[in-house]
Amino acid sequence: MTCLPGHTEKKLGLAIDLDTCVGCHACVTACKGWNDQGYGVPLSDQDAYGADPSGVFLNRVHGYQVQPDTGGAAQTINFPRSCLHCEDAPCVTVCPTGASYKRVEDGIVLVNEDACIGCGLCAWACPYGAREMDADAGVMKKCTLCVDRIYNENLPEEDREPACVRTCPTGARHFGDFNDPTSKVSKLTAARGGFDLMPEMGTKPTNKYLPPRPKDQRQEASLLAPLLDIEAKGFAGWLDRILGKI
Amino acid sequence: MHPAPSVILFTVLSGLGFGFMAYLSLGLLLVQGGWAFVAWGLAYALAVGGLLASTTHLGNPQRALRAFTQWRSSWLSREAWAAVATLLLLAPVALGDWVGFGLPYFWRLIGGALALATVFCTSMIYTQIKAVPRWHHWLTPVLFMGFALAGGALLGLQGGFATLLLVILAGILAAAFAVGDKQFARAGASMESATGLGAIGSVSVFEQPHTGENYLLREMIFTVGRKHAAKLRVIAVICAALIPAALALMGGLTLTLLALIVHLAGAFAARWLFFAEAEHVVGLYYGKR
Ligand code: SF4
Ligand code: SF4
Ligand code: SF4
Repeated sequence: MTCLPGHTEKKLGLAIDLDTCVGCHACVTACKGWNDQGYGVPLSDQDAYGADPSGVFLNRVHGYQVQPDTGGAAQTINFPRSCLHCEDAPCVTVCPTGASYKRVEDGIVLVNEDACIGCGLCAWACPYGAREMDADAGVMKKCTLCVDRIYNENLPEEDREPACVRTCPTGARHFGDFNDPTSKVSKLTAARGGFDLMPEMGTKPTNKYLPPRPKDQRQEASLLAPLLDIEAKGFAGWLDRILGKI
Repeated sequence: MHPAPSVILFTVLSGLGFGFMAYLSLGLLLVQGGWAFVAWGLAYALAVGGLLASTTHLGNPQRALRAFTQWRSSWLSREAWAAVATLLLLAPVALGDWVGFGLPYFWRLIGGALALATVFCTSMIYTQIKAVPRWHHWLTPVLFMGFALAGGALLGLQGGFATLLLVILAGILAAAFAVGDKQFARAGASMESATGLGAIGSVSVFEQPHTGENYLLREMIFTVGRKHAAKLRVIAVICAALIPAALALMGGLTLTLLALIVHLAGAFAARWLFFAEAEHVVGLYYGKR
């Protein structure tokens, strides 16, 4: 049913740290790699080695330049973008087939590809561009929160987290339950002032973004400042005083 | 939004078909015998042709029956129900008009209401989408209903009434253009809110996430061909509404046929604009609209 569950037991999602992300795209590659052979049809590419390559990715990393209002140097901020597993997910309610759904147990938003007719309406409804149609299979693809990893008992314990989280070399992606105030992601969000993307769209995203920490101010004074008011002594001092009086 | 030909054909043709059907079923255009066959045949051809065109943009049309399951939440599903119910309910009415038997008027009344409800459901598929601010406004259903009622009146040989509705349609189109232009700003989404970085300062794109095309850019961030938008708007209002309005007043079969062709040309231009000018908020992530 594409009606949304009013409440989910867990609220699994990601906290993404825009301060530590270095924009290496490792999560993009890991996500593509895992989901090429995991849940549902593989993420197809078209003209992969040709002049006009294109393909499905469930996670993409943008790069932004932010010019502080207070002046000073602009900051470069790397910005991973994947499904936010929204509480009020508009992608789910528009789906005519019931292929899109939000799980009651953990809040993960998934597509049942066997029921998807590939109408694309859910991708229109998502404000965040988190859904991409697979051009080969004609079904909708989206981040599964690596549902086939996080509960997978065949994997060693430390691998039971999303591929993007597991692979990130700077630890910029954190996975956990936002319904549990003692979880790592809840604490991080509280401590760092984690925020929602486009709150005006009313989607109530589960994923939170942690803001970049304030940058050091550039030193405006001359580097020679400590040398500038050295008191001259002795003959040099006498000369200094005389010359100053002339 | 990408103005896919299949979706433009679907919304224009089936909108007109269901609009015409409403007039036929309410008995506002009384037809009998051979003329009934022609009139109902045209209405069914338009409605069904449009619906078939819409299935060509599906990735897996063989599963289309599944689209009937989610009527409780999805306008697309409701539209599927309304369309099929209308076509089934009005089939005996059409047959009766042709071979000459009558059905109780309340039957025709329900059929006509369902035909219009189908058009309303179609319009709500677009209206409900908050991420496309231009569509997310009550003028969208008004526009779709305006097209169905005015186009239907034109085909239904309603004379002065058709003229009146077509002139109203011109007004709705103009209003939709004017209001639509302000919708994106009214929605309040910006690169700053999309990235949440507005607290630091103004945001611009430093580097795109990929060098090639992707589904999002093709489907939702369609920016080609907007440069002729102003001219197309004028063409849409004149062709879809004003010229047919004048021709409808004069009446006659040839002029009605001419009016229909001009109306359709204008309707296609208007519907192309409806998609091509609609900006999706995801464009903000790419610094494009
Ligand atoms: S980010 Fe988009 S696809 Fe994911 S739950 Fe929210 S609306 Fe749906
Ligand atoms: S593309 Fe598939 S999942 Fe998306 S709305 Fe259509 S049927 Fe549902
Ligand atoms: S959670 Fe899994 S599917 Fe989602 S972005 Fe990360 S790797 Fe991709």
